[in-house]
Amino acid sequence: MTVAQTQSSAAEMVSLPALLERNAAQFGDREAYREKEFGIWQCWTWSQVQQEIEALALGLINLGVNEGDFIAIIGRNRPYLYWSMVAAQSVGAVPVPLYQDAVAEEMSYVLGHCGARFVIVGDQEQVDKVIEVQDQLPNLEQVIYLDPRGMRKYDYHTLHQYSHVQDQGRAARDEWTPDLQARKAKLTYDSTCVMLYTSGTTGKPKGVVLSNRNVIESAKNSADFDKLTVGENILSYLPMAWVGDFIFSIGQAYWCGFCVNCPESADTMMTDLREIGPTYFFAPPRVFEGQLTSVMIRMEDAGSLKRKMFHHFLAHAKKVGGRLLDGKPVGLMDRLKYKLGDFLVYGPLKDTLGYGRIRVGYTAGEAIGPEIFDFYRSLGINLKQLYGQTEATVFITVQPDGEVRADTVGVPAPDVEIKIDDRGEIHYRSPGTFVEYYNNPESTASTKDPEGWVATGDAGFFEDDSGHLRIIDRAKDVGKLADGAMFAPKYVENKLKFYPDILEAVLFGNERDRCVAFINIDLTAVGNWAERNNIAYASYQELAGHPKVLQSIKEHVQTVNASVAEDRMLSGCQVHRFVVLHKELDADDGEMTRTRKVRRVIVEDKYADIINALYDGSTQISTSTEVTYEDGRKGEISATLDIIDADVVPVRMQAVAAE
Amino acid sequence: MKDMDDSSVTEDGRTIGGVVMEMKNITLRFGGVVAIKDISFDIREGEIRAIIGPNGAGKSSMLNVISGFYVPQEGDVWFRGSKRPAMRPYEVARQGIARTFQNIALFDGMSVLDNVMTGRLNYMKTNIFQQALWRGRAEAEETENREVVERIIDFLEIQAIRKTPVARLPYGLKKRVELARALAAEPKLLLLDEPMAGMNVEEKEDMSRFILDANDEFGTTIALIEHDMGVVMDLSDRVVVMDYGKKIGDGTPDEVRNNQAVIDAYLGVSHD
Repeated sequence: MTVAQTQSSAAEMVSLPALLERNAAQFGDREAYREKEFGIWQCWTWSQVQQEIEALALGLINLGVNEGDFIAIIGRNRPYLYWSMVAAQSVGAVPVPLYQDAVAEEMSYVLGHCGARFVIVGDQEQVDKVIEVQDQLPNLEQVIYLDPRGMRKYDYHTLHQYSHVQDQGRAARDEWTPDLQARKAKLTYDSTCVMLYTSGTTGKPKGVVLSNRNVIESAKNSADFDKLTVGENILSYLPMAWVGDFIFSIGQAYWCGFCVNCPESADTMMTDLREIGPTYFFAPPRVFEGQLTSVMIRMEDAGSLKRKMFHHFLAHAKKVGGRLLDGKPVGLMDRLKYKLGDFLVYGPLKDTLGYGRIRVGYTAGEAIGPEIFDFYRSLGINLKQLYGQTEATVFITVQPDGEVRADTVGVPAPDVEIKIDDRGEIHYRSPGTFVEYYNNPESTASTKDPEGWVATGDAGFFEDDSGHLRIIDRAKDVGKLADGAMFAPKYVENKLKFYPDILEAVLFGNERDRCVAFINIDLTAVGNWAERNNIAYASYQELAGHPKVLQSIKEHVQTVNASVAEDRMLSGCQVHRFVVLHKELDADDGEMTRTRKVRRVIVEDKYADIINALYDGSTQISTSTEVTYEDGRKGEISATLDIIDADVVPVRMQAVAAE
Repeated sequence: MKDMDDSSVTEDGRTIGGVVMEMKNITLRFGGVVAIKDISFDIREGEIRAIIGPNGAGKSSMLNVISGFYVPQEGDVWFRGSKRPAMRPYEVARQGIARTFQNIALFDGMSVLDNVMTGRLNYMKTNIFQQALWRGRAEAEETENREVVERIIDFLEIQAIRKTPVARLPYGLKKRVELARALAAEPKLLLLDEPMAGMNVEEKEDMSRFILDANDEFGTTIALIEHDMGVVMDLSDRVVVMDYGKKIGDGTPDEVRNNQAVIDAYLGVSHD
């Protein structure tokens, strides 16, 4: 059964509760959710899910939830929390999922900004955080928690266990059902579906209001684009507060009726991935990088026959795998050899990684290294890229099957219009375009114009021959060097980050005469290298300052410089000097967003002393930095860092003239 | 001291019941060496009881007396209202006493799950042949016991290493697996021999939380030996302090902290 055939009554499908009713009627016995608990995959069918959500919705009415209330939802991906979002919608409230690793202050800002009266959380840890900031939140009334563990000693006046709320809902069914039905009937295509706070690389998070129209239209278009069916299985492990997870695990799952699988815990994600074998999968580049690194490390330890076989067939896959996937012509012998390789190497490898059944895979959020991207595609995994943002309900551009490349983000998604202004900034307009920023008309007005065009803040251009969009950098980060040449830090940083031993890089140089960089090493990759080379180290800091590590990073920087020099417009962005930082840039210290994007301004301000040293010619800098531990306590790290000079390729005259 | 049968409630709301185990005038000698000299103390239901002391004070010997591994030359051990005869360690285990070891004692080649399952041995009635056939009673039994084990795996957050052979685990996790195995026996009294030895601060914090949670969640009575004074003072309800085989202090952490004999033993004064 295809999605198209099931959409006979699409006109009435104007909200997620309505889609839930349809799914319970049409796919009642199909699995809707699975979660591994106590080592066993627990399942719920669509009709069971409908009953669970109804019980919770009745319980929420019973607790006094009014239409228009905001209900914050905090916790790791669990079916129960996904249900609470739809239960909230059913009673006319607005679900607001929050990042579960947010520290109490961050949480307090969001809860205060939307004035949430109710909070539904996963466990004791989240309850404690909410209690910690409770007195700053005059609107907060009740907290509902899922896991009763460790919760026996709390004050229960405003605390309720999830299952008890459902029990009370069931008990009060007769009393509240008419009310619930009436509230559901009031939902329209323009009612608010969800409010998602953007991580905000600058300033405070903003609440992006998405309507049912935004969510359902985007889910429908993207499901059609990739021909998603009711038979898909996805693994939901990315933060629930992120728009992508909302669209994949709720929007598309409800539209298509497919099954959402939740891992047992964050640590078991890789095992669970293998057990589920999703058919449709989404991961940020770092997940793919991590998997590839671990495969390569394990192959180093394998027997020599296996290792040789692995590398032999991998080389062949690299040659023809991508072409086969794109449906391009490949010789018969090569095809046969690929089949053999599939039987001996690719198939088992894909099974081990959990990609044995994958039909469509996406990566987005950051640029992915071409080698990593090609590795997965050469194995026959249909990995693609998309470009999107919260304000667009994810989709702006996507790569169609057969037109996939590592350096572009594809063509406009269905029903999306795109224009690029004279400054190079990308603007779009689509059915997914957000309604507004909650309680922030100024930001709404400066982002979305009266005709509905939204400025993405990203600079990019369409390639003439293919019509694919290429992203250069954040528009506001694109600057000029002192000599007027273009400064696009992301372009260089991404090239650096493609090396497995470089986790993060930050380039500086706006308004300066040359560029310098901060570099974070990847502890897994470099630690493994150190182990194999018998280099002892006690800490991240020690490893980061090891002369051999610095030497190899220097080589990477010089290779990148050579490749940057070849780009006509950006050759001025070569790295003249760099330091390997003594600590990892961390979201807990505010240096990165929760989605691991560097907050440039904060980093620049915090490490001003190091940047000065990079420019004033000194060879060493002593510095001390405040760090925040996971539990919110603060400490200090001090270090003396070596500043390394890197060779640069002389910039040719026309590079400057190109401006 | 309060009446022995009296239950009390701690400030964080846990109930401490009557005496579960009582050591009466225990003396333990190895040849001419007196490891424990005339020590008496009790352990009450639901409490966390620590035994501390400098190196060589006789703490581990005391734990081994409680676990039945050593039989003292003098004195009696009373457990749940009756005097305990000399017993083999497995008989003590059947009475509901489980322990962890200072030097981890797990089955290295077996998975975490199988190791923890061995903690359920006393609850399994079927024999090796029935288990090999895995029919009827044996299958049902394994399912029941596996459920208990899975709850403990969930409790100690070791799901991700369920199928990992123990030999491949880092030290801190092995310690946690040992605790899991001991908890799987659903003990009436849990003995922990230096549960934090060799751990870093973070691992210690995790372990402390698990010990407190186990005590709180399952109501397990816990007796532990520990070197780290900070940890002991935070965790325990009452502390016995030993030095050179003698008991030099007994009471709440605050009482013990202010006890002159204890301060001397730790800071060192000349023993004449």
